[in-house]
Amino acid sequence: MTLKHPSTGGLLILAVIIAILPSILPNNFYMDVAIRIGLNAIVCIGLNLLIGYAGQISLGHAGFVGLGAYGSAILTGEFGWPAIPAMLVTALFVALLAFVLARPVLRLKGHFLAMATLGMGIIISIVLNTEARWTGGPDGMAVQPMMFFEYMVFGEAVWYWIVGAALLIAVWLSLNLIDSPVGRALRAVHGSEVAAEVCGVNTTQYKVKVFVISAVFASVSGSMLAHYGAFVSPEDASFFRSIELVTMVVLGGMASTYGAVVGATILTILPQALARFEDLEHMVFGLILMLTMIFMPKGLVPTLSAKFRRSPVKVEAESEAQGGGAT
Amino acid sequence: MFSEFLQYLLSGITIGSTYGLVGLGFFIIYNASHVINFAQGEFVMIGGMGTVFMMQAGLPMPVAIIMAILLTIVIGMLLEKLAIEPSRKNASVVTLIIITIGASIFLRGLAQVVWDKDFHTMPAFSGEETIHILGAVIVPQNLWVLGGGGVIVLAIMYFFGRTALGKAMLATAYNPLAAQLVGINIRTTLLWSFGLSGLLGAIAGILVAPITFTSYDIGIMLGLKGFCAVILGGFSHGWAAIVGGIIVGVAESLGAGYISSEYKDAIAFIIILLVLFFMPDGLFGRRGTDRV
Repeated sequence: MTLKHPSTGGLLILAVIIAILPSILPNNFYMDVAIRIGLNAIVCIGLNLLIGYAGQISLGHAGFVGLGAYGSAILTGEFGWPAIPAMLVTALFVALLAFVLARPVLRLKGHFLAMATLGMGIIISIVLNTEARWTGGPDGMAVQPMMFFEYMVFGEAVWYWIVGAALLIAVWLSLNLIDSPVGRALRAVHGSEVAAEVCGVNTTQYKVKVFVISAVFASVSGSMLAHYGAFVSPEDASFFRSIELVTMVVLGGMASTYGAVVGATILTILPQALARFEDLEHMVFGLILMLTMIFMPKGLVPTLSAKFRRSPVKVEAESEAQGGGAT
Repeated sequence: MFSEFLQYLLSGITIGSTYGLVGLGFFIIYNASHVINFAQGEFVMIGGMGTVFMMQAGLPMPVAIIMAILLTIVIGMLLEKLAIEPSRKNASVVTLIIITIGASIFLRGLAQVVWDKDFHTMPAFSGEETIHILGAVIVPQNLWVLGGGGVIVLAIMYFFGRTALGKAMLATAYNPLAAQLVGINIRTTLLWSFGLSGLLGAIAGILVAPITFTSYDIGIMLGLKGFCAVILGGFSHGWAAIVGGIIVGVAESLGAGYISSEYKDAIAFIIILLVLFFMPDGLFGRRGTDRV
C-alpha cells in the first residue's frame, strides 16, 4: 500500500465537499451546524493523534478547548488585543502548559493516565467556574468579534470558509505527521512501548510532542469557537465535553484522520437531530460509546474501508500484520 | 478554634468514609479483573436515588433500601455480563476504560429519564437530634456512616481472607489461566465481583444520602473521589482504600474550611495528581513489576 496517495485523494474529496456544501445547505441553521462540525473535527484530529496513534487516552481535552476559548476571550475583551495575536499567544500558553504537564502525566499508563487527564480537565473547569473576576463564573462571558485589521469577521457565511480552511490545514498537518518519522515512532509506541524503546525510539519525547500538538489543535479550535459563538461558558470545558470528544474519535475510528472527521460529523449532528429528546442525549452517547467499543473496536471508517477495499480474509491478515492502523 | 477544627475533621471523616466505600468497590473489581470500573460512582447514585424513589412509591424505608441495593447489584452484574464479558478477552485497557465510561454516561442518562433531574433528600435513619462532642456538632447519621463503613471493611477482609469466593477472586486477578486450571469458574467470579462492587456502591450511596443530597449526577464526583481514595491507599489492601478515602475527605473538608470552599472539589484532584506523579503505588502499595 502506498502511504501517500489515498490520503491526498481523501484531502481532495474533503476539499470538494467543503466547497460545495454551502450551495446545498438550505439556511444559516445548517451552516451553523457545519461550522460546529468543523470546529469539533479539528479537536478530534488532534485527539486522534494522541489516542489513535500514540495509544494514550486523554479524558480532559475539553479543558484545552476551554483554555483556548477563554484565553482569546480574555485577551481580546479585557486587554483589547487583536484576535489573531490573542489566538496565537493563547495557543502558545496552552502548548507550554501541555508541555509541562505532559512529562509527569504521560509517564502514567492505562487507567492512571485516564484518571490524571480527567483530573486535569476537571481542575481547569473548576478554575473557569470559580475565577468569576476573569471568566464570568458559571454564567460565562461575552466575546468580542474577531477583527481582521478593519474588517469584522462576522456571520455564518464568513466563518464557514475560515473553519473549512482550518479543517483542511488540520487534516493536512495530521496526515503529514503520521507519514513522518514521528508518526512511525508513535505507531511503534502504540504497538509496544518497550519494543519501541529497545529499537531506540525516545518514546517519552514523542508522546510529549503529540500531547502538545493535540492540545494546540484543541486550543485553536476553542479560540475560533469563542469568536464565532461570541460567547464562552465553562460548559465548553466540562467533563461531558471531554467525553463527547473521545466518543467522536472512537466512533469514527481510532488511528484514522478521516475517521475523526466522520465521528465529529455524526456526533455533532446527532444532538441536533435529538433536540426534541434532549434528555436522551446522555443515554445515546453512552450507548454509542459502549456499542462501538464492543462490536466495532476499530471504529466506523477503518472497519468500513477495510470491508470495501479487500476480501475479508486478506483484510484480517493485513490488520493483524499492521496492528490495526489504517489511514 | 479547636471546636471548629474538630467539626471539619468529623465531617471530613464521615464523607471520607463514603469515598472509602466507593474506593473499595473499585478495589474489588480491579482485584478480580484488572478493570477500573468508571461506572462505580453510578452505583452510588443508583443506591441513593433508588431508595428515594421507592420510598416515594410508598415502600417503607428498610424495604426500599433493600430493593435499591438489589437493583444496584443486578445492574452491576448486567454491566459485567453485557459490556465487559464480550470484550474482555482481547480488549486493550483503553477499550475497557471507554466501555465503562460509556456505561457510566448511559446509566446517568437513564436515571435522568426514568427518575428526574432534581435534588432529593432522604430522611435520616434515626432522627436528626444533634450530638455535641467537645463543641463540635454531628447528627446520628454520621455515626451510621462510620459504623456502616467499619462493618463493611471487616466483612470484606473476612470475605477475601476466609471465604472460597473471595480467594477465587484474588486468584482470578493474579492469574486467570492458573485459576481456571484449579477449577475456578472465572466467569462467575467476575460476575460476583461486579455484583459485590454494586452492593458496596449502593450502601455508600444510601448511607450518605441523608447528609448530602442525591441526584442523577452525583455519581461522577463521588466515583472520582472514590478512585482518588483507592489510588492514595494503593491497590494492595482493602482497608487502605478506606484510609485513603478518609485522608481525601479530611483534606477536602479542612481545605474547604480554611482555604477556599469553591476549590473544595479541586483538592481531591490535586491530591490524585500528586500521588500519581510521586507515589504511583499509593501510600500502602507494594511496588509491582510489569511483564512485557
